[in-house]
Amino acid sequence: MLEDLHLASIVVSTIRNAPVLIFAAMAGLFAERSGVIDLALEGKILASAFVSAAVAYSTQNPWYGVAAGVAVSTALALLQGYVSITQKGNQLVGGIAINIAMSGLTFVLAQFFYQQGGRTPDLGDARLVDLVLPGTAAVADIPFIGWLYGQVIGGHSALVYLAFALIPLVHWVIYHSRFGLRLRACGENPHAADAAGVSVERTRYMAMLVAGVLCSFSGSYLAIVQSGFFLRDMSAGAGYLALTALVFGNWRPLYTALGCVMFGFFSAVQIQMEGVDLPGIGRIPGSLIQMIPYVVTVVVLAGLMAKSVAPKAIGKPFVKSR
Amino acid sequence: MKTTELPRWATAFALPILNLLSALLVAALVIYLLGESPVESLGILVNSAVINPEGLSYTLFYASTFIFTGLSVSIAMKAGLFNIGSEGQLYIGGLGLTMAMLALDKVLPAWLLIPAAMIGSALFGALWAWLPGYLQARRGSHIVVTTIMFNFIAASLMNFVIVKYLIPEGQQNPASRVFADAGAMPRLNAWFPVLGDTPLNVSFLLAIVALVVYGVMVWRSAWGYQLRATGLNQHAAHYAGVSISRMIIVAMLISGALAGLGAVNSIMGSTHYLSLNFPAGAGFVGIAIALMGRQHPVGIFLSAVLFGALIQGGFDLSLEKPNIPQETFIFIQGLIILFCGAMENFYAPAILKLINLRKG
Amino acid sequence: MPPAVEFRDICKAFGPVQANSRVSFSIEKGAIHGVIGENGAGKSTLMSILYGYYHADSGQCLIDGQQRDIRSSHEAIALGIGMVHQHFMLVENFTVLDNVMLGAEGGFKLASKRAETEARLREICARYRLDVDPLAKIEDLSVGAQQRVEILKQIYRSANILILDEPTAVLTAQETASLFEILRLFKEQGKTIVLITHKLQEIMDITDQVTVMRAGKVVGAVDTAGTSKEELANMMVGRPIQGELPRAPYRPGAPVLEVTGLGLEDENKVKLLADVGFTLRAGEIVAIAGVSGNGQSELLEILSGMRLPSSGRASLLGTELPFAKRSDPDGLPALFRTLGIGHVPEDRLRDGVIKDFSVMQNTVFGYQDRVTNRWGLFDFKAIAARCAHLLKAFDVRPSNPELRIGLLSGGNQQKVVIAREVSAQPKLMLVGQPTRGVDIGTIEAIHTQLLKMRDEGVAILLVSVELEEVRALADRIIVMSGGRITGELKIEEFDTTRIGLLMGGMHKT
Repeated sequence: MLEDLHLASIVVSTIRNAPVLIFAAMAGLFAERSGVIDLALEGKILASAFVSAAVAYSTQNPWYGVAAGVAVSTALALLQGYVSITQKGNQLVGGIAINIAMSGLTFVLAQFFYQQGGRTPDLGDARLVDLVLPGTAAVADIPFIGWLYGQVIGGHSALVYLAFALIPLVHWVIYHSRFGLRLRACGENPHAADAAGVSVERTRYMAMLVAGVLCSFSGSYLAIVQSGFFLRDMSAGAGYLALTALVFGNWRPLYTALGCVMFGFFSAVQIQMEGVDLPGIGRIPGSLIQMIPYVVTVVVLAGLMAKSVAPKAIGKPFVKSR
Repeated sequence: MKTTELPRWATAFALPILNLLSALLVAALVIYLLGESPVESLGILVNSAVINPEGLSYTLFYASTFIFTGLSVSIAMKAGLFNIGSEGQLYIGGLGLTMAMLALDKVLPAWLLIPAAMIGSALFGALWAWLPGYLQARRGSHIVVTTIMFNFIAASLMNFVIVKYLIPEGQQNPASRVFADAGAMPRLNAWFPVLGDTPLNVSFLLAIVALVVYGVMVWRSAWGYQLRATGLNQHAAHYAGVSISRMIIVAMLISGALAGLGAVNSIMGSTHYLSLNFPAGAGFVGIAIALMGRQHPVGIFLSAVLFGALIQGGFDLSLEKPNIPQETFIFIQGLIILFCGAMENFYAPAILKLINLRKG
Repeated sequence: MPPAVEFRDICKAFGPVQANSRVSFSIEKGAIHGVIGENGAGKSTLMSILYGYYHADSGQCLIDGQQRDIRSSHEAIALGIGMVHQHFMLVENFTVLDNVMLGAEGGFKLASKRAETEARLREICARYRLDVDPLAKIEDLSVGAQQRVEILKQIYRSANILILDEPTAVLTAQETASLFEILRLFKEQGKTIVLITHKLQEIMDITDQVTVMRAGKVVGAVDTAGTSKEELANMMVGRPIQGELPRAPYRPGAPVLEVTGLGLEDENKVKLLADVGFTLRAGEIVAIAGVSGNGQSELLEILSGMRLPSSGRASLLGTELPFAKRSDPDGLPALFRTLGIGHVPEDRLRDGVIKDFSVMQNTVFGYQDRVTNRWGLFDFKAIAARCAHLLKAFDVRPSNPELRIGLLSGGNQQKVVIAREVSAQPKLMLVGQPTRGVDIGTIEAIHTQLLKMRDEGVAILLVSVELEEVRALADRIIVMSGGRITGELKIEEFDTTRIGLLMGGMHKT
């Protein structure tokens, strides 16, 4: 049975599944650490997925697609910011509203432009190439090292590298930069930040901006790299899984990324497990395997995996009170 | 003296109507950009959903399910809980209903079978809401994310159950067998022939009864008082002797049961079998209804009818105008949730200014 | 030399409330200037205008002789104004260093200025004897230390004008003395200090000049040396302070509440309460005196059922309070109410009322099960009648039962809470900070009501940080410090110095 599971391909799959969640989770981290609940990750991913696929198809250039995705996701994030920060509305409701609205709108627009049942046409060659590291061919025959260098470290698309490079970058920004200090203050005690002369509103808007940019890559990765097209509701809960990774990682970049990799691992195992006969149980039906990430989420949220503490001021609109 | 607080008529009527109009305005803009006339589309919609008696019947038929899901979300909201899981609770409620039917529909007469199926749907819906409620009450797990997860889990689970256990021999359709006639909810067209061959049934009357019971329980009983206190201020509710964890769990159980009861209309009023994905988004519509109707029985009723009209009219509209598929109404739903829920006070400063200007 | 700060005709209204009305006075450079007034006098609003939180509706603010339009805390800081708030503006899970750097980071990379800032902080700590480790996390520091961090922040930013808002509310006598030493050092350096307080003794102890405010207006501006506590008190209150309120002779009855060995530990095993034991009899008021944060709040929470103790017992009229059998206090307050315990909570808005409910709905809060018919539905007629009676008897204004209680003033909200608890006819009444945020006239009414209950045989446990209130109401006084009882006295033995020492943790010999 173990041979059937192909450990090697699971490792590679994990690396290729994780970026969707990493981008979204890092986006959510910025928003939530500044004090704004980000339930709209799902909607931003969908919007960015559609727009990047559509633009990539029309221009036959994946990078234009990525850029378009950034623009749309950022616009949505700023709308979300307006609702949460300036209008001081209920952030949970606002997030769900955006998710539902985008679920409908992306389908309608895809149908309008392409008449293919709410999806965009196949990108074919207009996708990002897998980057081959120099010297891959030379070491290809060496056992393990060849595989490690050629398929684990090398051979992924640029966005994969971006996702993993983001992790230490986000960590540095959050903990070692002025922006990060002010961001964290706004999420823990916005009154203290305000008293210190920091504009809480501006900082939170900046955080939403960053979240919009980062989240867009999740969508463009899904559409351009993983599938080659946009399909209705293709995010399938990734936005919520990313939020769970945040809870799992206690809103800290390194641990959150670990959570994302964990979910990526489960996805990879899931695909391998279809069609595999487990001793005593037989074949597990695909629909039950599909459940696994969501069940894991509930387990994490039940506090059975980690005790987590959210930023203290999260979800509460900032009102100067004296 | 300047007014600083909005009067009741403004918060109860003016704001909700302005919010709704804003959502519809954005929708109209999108429809225009899609190359269609918003006015013409509105005309088709109103004609199909309200003016045509058979269309109206369909509108009220859809509204029957929406009233239940709207009540489900509303009662949880009153306790301060944002239950996004009505979709999954409705779906699993359908399973409970089905199990009662499959076991008893050859044995019991209608007047026993229908209540038995209703109990099954309510029970299973409540069950599906229990764990998220328990986790929120006892472990502080955020109910929004857990209920969303339970929606996904329900979809996978039901897929498995239907495909593996319920499809009758030789059939391809992912659905259970058809239930016995005794399990059909009596249709209202028996009393009102003008309704034509439409599925509007007694569930509509049950929904209205549910609205009344909800209104009385939440605003006139001591339990409802404690429910609202919990939703407004948990610290104070604890001071007042409310058992917070019990209240959260009970509110979720009732919420789940109400969502589950929505299946009675969808299944026993219409298809008479359990099919894959029968909820078709009714649970999420419940969220929009609860926000638009401000969790008030009359508001919920009106909002449910409005959405019923949107679905019925939207269906006919999508047939005439392929550029406006039914998914457009999911987009409109999102807009309504945005304007009526997250931006509910957007127009408040303008209204205040207007009031103070008129005061001179 | 122009004054450090000069206010000219400052006016500020919040809706119908005129918080500041043509306020004009000057604060001399290099002086310690007191601003005194009762709750709601307008002192905090005025200082918020100076610090840029609010903008005055009209009037001018001159800093160092120059008119300034201060629109944000950022601008105030740039002008050399620093503020130590009553509720500390500190991020708890940051270090002292991070809190100081917030807003003054000196560059995109924090590392670039970190070492330099740390060095400067240590230097300031040494010079002003602040005794704070820059690398300590705020959540690990004591309240007194946290306040010193706030002061440290202001000095680091080269504040020339330091505003302190009710700084001693959370300090013991010894910590207050240390604080005043620091302020004197500050003054020696030529800085200006503005001290907002309602405590007359502090004004006399440390200020050079004092401005008295009442109901949004300035009613007096004098040199401290030339005035007295009595004169200031008269100006604050507007009329001669009332003498003692009438009370029946002290004849305590049978024991109502017996507490033995009560203890409470938090998750970090810190002892919030240790070995607390006392007896409370019918017809007496026992006041728990102490600086807030020494276990009194926790004691009230335990006795009202809102929290469970870690150890110890308590019994009410012979019935054991059921702590031992429970793992959490969920729903427990209901049981305690049926046993006959009434509770006026310390934090009225957080615990005692639902501010979006109407006054009438709040009159049954906690007692909702007693006003229903057999179907569990409310008997609205009975509720309305009872509410009308209570509003009249307790002089609640405005007496509109349908009004949202959040719109009433603090004093009137408190009257509703007290009316509700009193009318349930409890045997034991727990009262926490009954006159916090309440205007003068209502304070007298509330005190009178409490004394009336006592005369009628109710046992009252009062927690108050105001010694004047303790002196006015108590038959016996229990002093707490650090979660323990440090002393007990009878009212005849009332002695501010002795109580102060007991509050500071010195046990009686």
